[in-house]
Amino acid sequence: MARPIIEVSGLSKRYQLGDFGFSSFREEAEKWLRRLRKTPEAEPGGAASKSDEFWALRDVSFNVQPGEVVGIIGRNGAGKSTLLKLLSRITEPTSGEIILRGRVASLLEVGTGFHPELSGRENIFLNGAILGMKHAEISSKFDEIVAFAEIEQFIDTPVKRYSSGMYVRLAFAVAAHLEPEILIVDEVLAVGDVQFQKKCMGKMQDVARKTGRTVLFVSHNMDAIARLCPRCILLSGGQVAFAGETTHAVDIYQNGTSSGRDTQMETWTPLPAPSGGESPASFSRFRLRNLTRPTAVTVRTGERLAIDLEVECSQPISVSNLAVMLSTPAGVRLINADTGKLGQQLSLRKGLQQFTLQLEQLPLSVGDYCLNFYLANTRSRQVFHSVTEQNLLRISPSVRIGPVDIPEVDGLLDVPFSVDPISA
Amino acid sequence: MKSLEPVELRIRARSGWLWLDWRGLVAYRDLIVLLVRRDYVSKYKQTILGPAWAVVTPIITAVVFGFVFGRVLGVQTDGVPPSLFYLCGLLGWNYFNQTLTATSNTLRGNYAIFSKVYFPRLVTPLATALSNLASSGVQLLTFGVIYAVAIGANTGMTARPTWAAFTLPLLFVHLASLALGGGLLLSAVTAKYRDFQQVAPFLLNLLLYVTPVIYPMSQIPEKWRWLAAINPVSPVIEAFRAVLLGTSSFDPAHYALSVVVSAAVLVIGVGYYQRLARDFVDYA
Repeated sequence: MARPIIEVSGLSKRYQLGDFGFSSFREEAEKWLRRLRKTPEAEPGGAASKSDEFWALRDVSFNVQPGEVVGIIGRNGAGKSTLLKLLSRITEPTSGEIILRGRVASLLEVGTGFHPELSGRENIFLNGAILGMKHAEISSKFDEIVAFAEIEQFIDTPVKRYSSGMYVRLAFAVAAHLEPEILIVDEVLAVGDVQFQKKCMGKMQDVARKTGRTVLFVSHNMDAIARLCPRCILLSGGQVAFAGETTHAVDIYQNGTSSGRDTQMETWTPLPAPSGGESPASFSRFRLRNLTRPTAVTVRTGERLAIDLEVECSQPISVSNLAVMLSTPAGVRLINADTGKLGQQLSLRKGLQQFTLQLEQLPLSVGDYCLNFYLANTRSRQVFHSVTEQNLLRISPSVRIGPVDIPEVDGLLDVPFSVDPISA
Repeated sequence: MKSLEPVELRIRARSGWLWLDWRGLVAYRDLIVLLVRRDYVSKYKQTILGPAWAVVTPIITAVVFGFVFGRVLGVQTDGVPPSLFYLCGLLGWNYFNQTLTATSNTLRGNYAIFSKVYFPRLVTPLATALSNLASSGVQLLTFGVIYAVAIGANTGMTARPTWAAFTLPLLFVHLASLALGGGLLLSAVTAKYRDFQQVAPFLLNLLLYVTPVIYPMSQIPEKWRWLAAINPVSPVIEAFRAVLLGTSSFDPAHYALSVVVSAAVLVIGVGYYQRLARDFVDYA
């Protein structure tokens, strides 16, 4: 096996919190004096400074083989950005080591070093050189870059007269035409209007898939990660929580990082009491179960989902509508599973009772959806309980078999389909 | 990008001071050239006079100096017409002043770039020192024209350029080293403690008075002359006049001291700057 192109071992990074002021100046002066007098430092680091420090990365180790496309995921503050900064040499590690066997270019920000007074042409060369390209390299790619940015007519205009869209397109175009052995890509890359964003995503997929380059891809977008990266490194609290197959990493990420609103599978989640005060009937809690993969802790498109509901009644009551509705976070209603549509009248006893509602072949695409619950009797025009947009149902990316070209923009709904030639 | 030579880069915490990434600087030479161009172009974009500004300001300064110090205060100028005397002194001083002022802002001024992209951090100050040479070149040319006219007019002026004028590039290198060293040192200290932001302009203001720019070294009483010689800029300015105007107050011993001091300032400045530049984005 070839030597890894990136070797990270025992990497740690400590940040000093707090401000620099007179006290830090004095501390530094004292440190110097001590060093001059060759007296050993009293307490290394000092007692006060201990509490002011923060370990953004702690003992991180991993290897990346040439040609691998690796995703780096984790919540905000997990250490992703720090790792990228260290890999791209913007700052130095506190301890540990990174060995890079190839040229690195990072797309942490586009348009770095653009000068407003210079023309588009001059900025392409300047920005290219800042990103590490040789003059000859930029010359040979120049036409491609200009065409990609769609600014042919304005190439000799100072960029301060560009529209913000043109500016950003040009900036991305330069960055996208870098050809290092190791490319570090941050998710903020998709810039510009929708049309251009598509182009950006396409370009990134090209880089990742077709050119055999080593790519580190950092993103919060699990769908993009699942599309691009077979392997993932999951960071949590500055440490590697998991490294391996992407679907597994994504599963752990999405469950381990539930923000309270994400719904845990297989566990009962309490629901808030009706807001209007006393109600004869209300939901007390619910639970999700994956019927296709009974042990799974995630749900994927096309699987059978059971929603168990527990209802509490203070008196025997008749209910015409017990419903679970799935909507987008923006409030677009997608699925309304309502007993009213089945013509089922439910007679509820006093006390607790449970129901299970099954959704066959969940047709939702990857993403987050809201679970809404509704309990009413339309005949007596009574709404007993309504819980909206408090709980999330997350649809996880599936394992893909073989190469697939996922469209840049997907629909909300996903149903099985096939395409065949019509034979005469 | 062909990877013919197997590059292997190790990133780890370093503690050394005197580590210079020569290979990196060579690899980024295109960037240095482009930054010089950027500085030059952006300085004169949308101006009417363009690079002529590099001529106008020193000429006006020389005229004012000539009036105030020559006529009003009666400062002797080693038998050289005051305007030539001041222009010649300003040639060196302006380069030193501009380069030190510009490089003392390297870390803070380039934070936006340094926090996003890595390239050898010495690239930007080097480019600054080089691009300032351009306006010095224009000034030198102006000086040459005025000088030639003065000689041609046959006014009985005895000043003549010496063959040693060919060492002028070395004098600029000397000033550049001193200005870079001092500027980078200030830049590094300023990155941590903003107090020093006030220091650079103030220091340069004072330095102008203790440097023989507005008066010749020969005007300083003998017993105080060593004081002026401690200032490493003085012997260089004197050298400018000695080689261009043929004045005789040049002291090799003073100059040798200045070379030593400048070299020390350069090494310390570059060393401290590089050390700080390694992680200054963490607290800048």
